[in-house]
Amino acid sequence: MTVIAFVLLFSAACLGYVLNLSAARSLRAGGARLHSLGSFHGGFAALLVLVPTFLFVVLWLVFQAPVIDRMTMAALPPGTLDGLETGAVQLILAEIKSIAGGRIFGTPELWKLAAADHLTGLRALSANLMVGLTAALALVLLVIARRTVAPDFRARQGTEGIIKGLMIFCSTVAIFTTIGIIASLVFETMRFFQMVPWHEFLFGTTWEPQMPIRADQIAATGAFGWLPVFLGTLVITVVALVFAVPVGLLSAIYLNEFASPGFRRIAKPVLEILAGVPTVVYGFFAVLTIAPALRSFGEMTGLPIAPNTAMAAGLVMGVMLIPFISSFADDALSAVPRTLRDGALALGATRAETVMNVLFPAAIPGIVGGVLLAVSRAIGETMIVVMAAGLIAKMTVNPLDSVTTVTVQIVTLLIGDTSFDSPKTLAAFALGFMLFVVTLGINVLALGIVRKYREVYD
Amino acid sequence: MTDLRIVERTVENHANKITARGVQVHYGDKHALKDVDVDILDKTVTAFIGPSGCGKSTFLRCLNRMNDTVATARVKGDIRIDGVDIYDRRVDPVQLRAKVGMVFQKPNPFPKSIYDNVAYGPKIHGLTRNKAEMDAVVETSLRKAALWNEVKDRLQDSGTSLSGGQQQRLCIARAVATSPEVLLMDEPCSALDPIATAQVEELIDDLRSQFSVVIVTHSMQQAARVSQRTAFFHLGHLVEYGETGNIFTNPRDPRTESYITGRIG
Repeated sequence: MTVIAFVLLFSAACLGYVLNLSAARSLRAGGARLHSLGSFHGGFAALLVLVPTFLFVVLWLVFQAPVIDRMTMAALPPGTLDGLETGAVQLILAEIKSIAGGRIFGTPELWKLAAADHLTGLRALSANLMVGLTAALALVLLVIARRTVAPDFRARQGTEGIIKGLMIFCSTVAIFTTIGIIASLVFETMRFFQMVPWHEFLFGTTWEPQMPIRADQIAATGAFGWLPVFLGTLVITVVALVFAVPVGLLSAIYLNEFASPGFRRIAKPVLEILAGVPTVVYGFFAVLTIAPALRSFGEMTGLPIAPNTAMAAGLVMGVMLIPFISSFADDALSAVPRTLRDGALALGATRAETVMNVLFPAAIPGIVGGVLLAVSRAIGETMIVVMAAGLIAKMTVNPLDSVTTVTVQIVTLLIGDTSFDSPKTLAAFALGFMLFVVTLGINVLALGIVRKYREVYD
Repeated sequence: MTDLRIVERTVENHANKITARGVQVHYGDKHALKDVDVDILDKTVTAFIGPSGCGKSTFLRCLNRMNDTVATARVKGDIRIDGVDIYDRRVDPVQLRAKVGMVFQKPNPFPKSIYDNVAYGPKIHGLTRNKAEMDAVVETSLRKAALWNEVKDRLQDSGTSLSGGQQQRLCIARAVATSPEVLLMDEPCSALDPIATAQVEELIDDLRSQFSVVIVTHSMQQAARVSQRTAFFHLGHLVEYGETGNIFTNPRDPRTESYITGRIG
């Protein structure tokens, strides 16, 4: 029935287009001077029918299920639900639904069968009603649209207005989603801070969140100091950047300034493939190749190297960031006007001098912006560290030691046995919120730097 | 062309600075410059005029091998500065460009301070031994470019903060600072207002005492005002070359006459 409703509304829109177009054409054939082209009259009709009807169908589909549920439960014999908890009521509803869907387990009570029949009836009614109302609404709108066709009707403005409205809606979807995400994060974080004082979280140096969530579990009492976890993130990020920034920058400079066009044509896409490798694959690489290599290096030299080092995760994350940094730096270098390059060359500067003294300083804002965006990616990166970094939070800055990161902790807190009223689970939201704040701050900083120091050449 | 003021010129018999014979330039398939022969005199302003795309800038860029930086460009023929073939393998283009300075159409100061802009050339070529000498070079160059009085109190400001005319004079100071022997100017006034243009033109006249100046220009008035010798390019050919006064008052080639009277171009 849903399909029928959609077919109905789209064909009504097409019909509206054709009707209004031909009406406008016949007006013009009759000698009238139209304000708008015929296609705008047609488009106006199509949009006028399409948008409200579409919204109506979508809203109907969204709200029909809860309304039908309510009506089913209300029609149960009086007294059935007395004294039952929410969970039990939900269970009954689910049972009725599965009976209505034809999956009957055992021999259900008669009132449940009756309720299931009632539910099926309501569903059929709702579907028919939806199609009927859709058709009626489309018809009414068609008539309204048809009556607008007149020589001085500004159909172009009308059409453009509706399209503009659609565009505004689309562009605000992302904004409202972001606001929703922030709101839910903030809400859960507040609940966490009601259980754990904020100063303990922000300044505590012990992280042992695996506290019991049921009475029969035996575990630590729980400590929620995020500093060691954040320190672990920082160590891995620093390792990644120390590796990725020089490599990325130098490869960008080489590709941009020195490489022959042929080499550049091959090397640049290959470098960009790195950006398309799933992070899980990087994780394998860290666990199976880099970590054992580091370990055997440690055995050879006698250095104490942990099995899950920050170094392994950081290096692989660095590889992941290389294409990111090099493509930003490449864009920034390419954006430096040719006249500046020529100016330096004409003074007798070598290519290397031109790059180092003129192009690089001019490109610095773009490069810094790229590096900061890479930092916020490194901080938020999850899969590589889940696979390659450790789980124990330690206050250490030694990259050869095992550390854990904010993202790893969020993952471990939210898998397995969870309960959304325990600080153990809610701590994940607090961590997520802090991660959000940090990366947001870095992004704002990056955009600010790029904007402030961008040279305007033209 | 009634407003052409052709000033009294005293072209002393200076020696040849640049000799070009049979210069051909291709950009990919495009034959941009065809068989150009020209002798450019020392301590003289030589103007290249001609309609857009006629090859005058291309030829200018051959003189300091800037065409080397264009991947598709091929230069054939013989260009000698003081008798030395500049396309010889033993010649380092970097050294050559220190000797043959260039000023571009659009002012292109580096995003550095005014001081560093001027000091850049001397610094990379190691022309000075200490800060005092560098200060002296910067001051002399800025004075030669008639910019010193305007910027002496703000040498540490960014070069890009200057006005368009000031920026172009800064670029001239920057080119002068490496003490070149030849100064190439590719339409140096096309982005400037009339007042800045007048200042730059005056400057060109002053620079003549020390350098051989070659200027590409779209303005025939400018060529007439600043140059002693003029070369007219058309469709990749050097059509006519001679004393500026003769070119403008008594052109031998009909194409030159058409161009300076405004019929082609």
